[in-house]
Amino acid sequence: MLDVERVRKDFPLLERQVHGRRLVYLDSAATSQKPQSVLDAMTRYYEMTNANVHRGVHALAEEATEAYESARNTVARFVCADPRGVVFTKNATEAFNLLAYSWARTRLGQGDILLSTQMEHHANLVPWQLVQPETGFDLRYVPMTAGGLLDLDEFDAVVATGRVKLFTVTAMSNVVGTIIPVRELAAKVRAANRAAVVVVDGAQSVPHLGTDMVDLDADFLCFSGHKMLGPTGIGVLAGRPDLLEAMPPFLGGGEMISNVTLEGTTYNEIPYKFEAGTPPIAEAVGLAAAVDYLSGLGMDAVRAHEVELLQTCIPALKAVEGVTVHGPTDPARRGAAVSFAIEGLHPHDIGTIMDREGVAVRAGHHCAKPLVRTLGSAATTRASFYLYNTTDEIQALVDAIEATKNFFKV
Amino acid sequence: MSLDDLYQEIILDHYRSPRNRSGDLDPHDVHVHHSNPLCGDELDLRLRVQDGTVGAVAYDGDGCSISMASASAMTEAVAGRKLSDADDLAEAFRLMMHGEGVKREDDLLDGVAFQGVAKFPVRVKCALLGWMALKDALQTYSEGEAEHRVTYD
Repeated sequence: MLDVERVRKDFPLLERQVHGRRLVYLDSAATSQKPQSVLDAMTRYYEMTNANVHRGVHALAEEATEAYESARNTVARFVCADPRGVVFTKNATEAFNLLAYSWARTRLGQGDILLSTQMEHHANLVPWQLVQPETGFDLRYVPMTAGGLLDLDEFDAVVATGRVKLFTVTAMSNVVGTIIPVRELAAKVRAANRAAVVVVDGAQSVPHLGTDMVDLDADFLCFSGHKMLGPTGIGVLAGRPDLLEAMPPFLGGGEMISNVTLEGTTYNEIPYKFEAGTPPIAEAVGLAAAVDYLSGLGMDAVRAHEVELLQTCIPALKAVEGVTVHGPTDPARRGAAVSFAIEGLHPHDIGTIMDREGVAVRAGHHCAKPLVRTLGSAATTRASFYLYNTTDEIQALVDAIEATKNFFKV
Repeated sequence: MSLDDLYQEIILDHYRSPRNRSGDLDPHDVHVHHSNPLCGDELDLRLRVQDGTVGAVAYDGDGCSISMASASAMTEAVAGRKLSDADDLAEAFRLMMHGEGVKREDDLLDGVAFQGVAKFPVRVKCALLGWMALKDALQTYSEGEAEHRVTYD
């Protein structure tokens, strides 16, 4: 079991006050706070090691390369990926753009279906839409049910055409928290079309659930560093090496080349082919430290802690008059991003009043407008929990909701 | 900077008891729709022109208390004014929200209560939504058009 009071001591930011009150940080689905060990690892890297990687023969360059490649191995192990298939990107969004440009644009054409869902973050919608006009594939979406689940009848109907060549889906909704049964869906897609490729958005799931790419049956997995205790500026595309090898590069420049003449260029081997320019080295070091921190606690313990929070949070929110909780209510079926509505109040007003109570929540469309629209509004208020949150903070959330209702007299 | 600066009693009153809030205005000469995708605010504004003045104005929408209350206060402040005067008043409100002094304080009526919102930069656009829709409606009308849609980035 996770000792949350001990965990909290590792996160210096959680000590601070906001508007004269103790901070209650409930916005980890947007970005997580960082443990001291991540901050230290990055500082130490800059103080002792800093050099560019993969070139230069001096000691620092070798140490920096070693640190960067070791980070790649650490991240690969964390999601059970082949390190050769682990590409460091700027963020999860860039990982999706890489796939859209290098895979979808070159592999899909008229008659092919790219199947996505209504529950996706814009990062898993817009990149595909960008390349759709020039390739002419059919872009289809699985709708979301009123209960915040995927409409499996609709999914089955599209898959039955046998034309789904790429299926891309989030493993956990960033708005309503739903855990998607990726493995079952992937199996159906592959049964209908053996050539189909499965892309998984792990931006919300990798920080919160133990993740095994093989177990998920994913060909590609995209996630970001900053939502899993790591720094901003680094994301991960983990993919099958054979697929990556066959794909053209995404960004061009240094590092990704094998030889360059003025007439043309041959490309480096994977994963370097997809890492143009100086990569986020210190960020990779920080991300590896974050993975070490999570692994040290154990992802099962992290998940168990969040399930415990949800067991308190969901009933507590539902008990407040006028509050509606979106998405699944069974903690076993959802992650710790909890969107809710308060009757008669707009999320921006709720967010502003809560902020004054020291409670940081997110108000808005959460970069998932198609999903939020199906909830019948333009915005929701979202409280999202992580390993450092406590049941006391759930009470603070409920108190802040009451304070908001009192303020507006609804 | 306190919450009372942001949510004055006058503002809450307009939120709870909106003035001139209606999904239609029959007849009307111009209709504009303004939306702010960032926060999801949507606003419809309909204007009837009578002898070169604001004969009637109605708004409807979906948004936070600041945006809806501000639109409500705006409709009272501009009713009966010459079109050019209403436009000038909207400009005075815009400058006030950007912290550039309060002009035409008496003419803004309850609009003055939104001064405090200027201290909350992320909410300024909320207070401006209705007034910017009004400016757009006047502009659209002056160009001989009857419909206009604006999406803020």
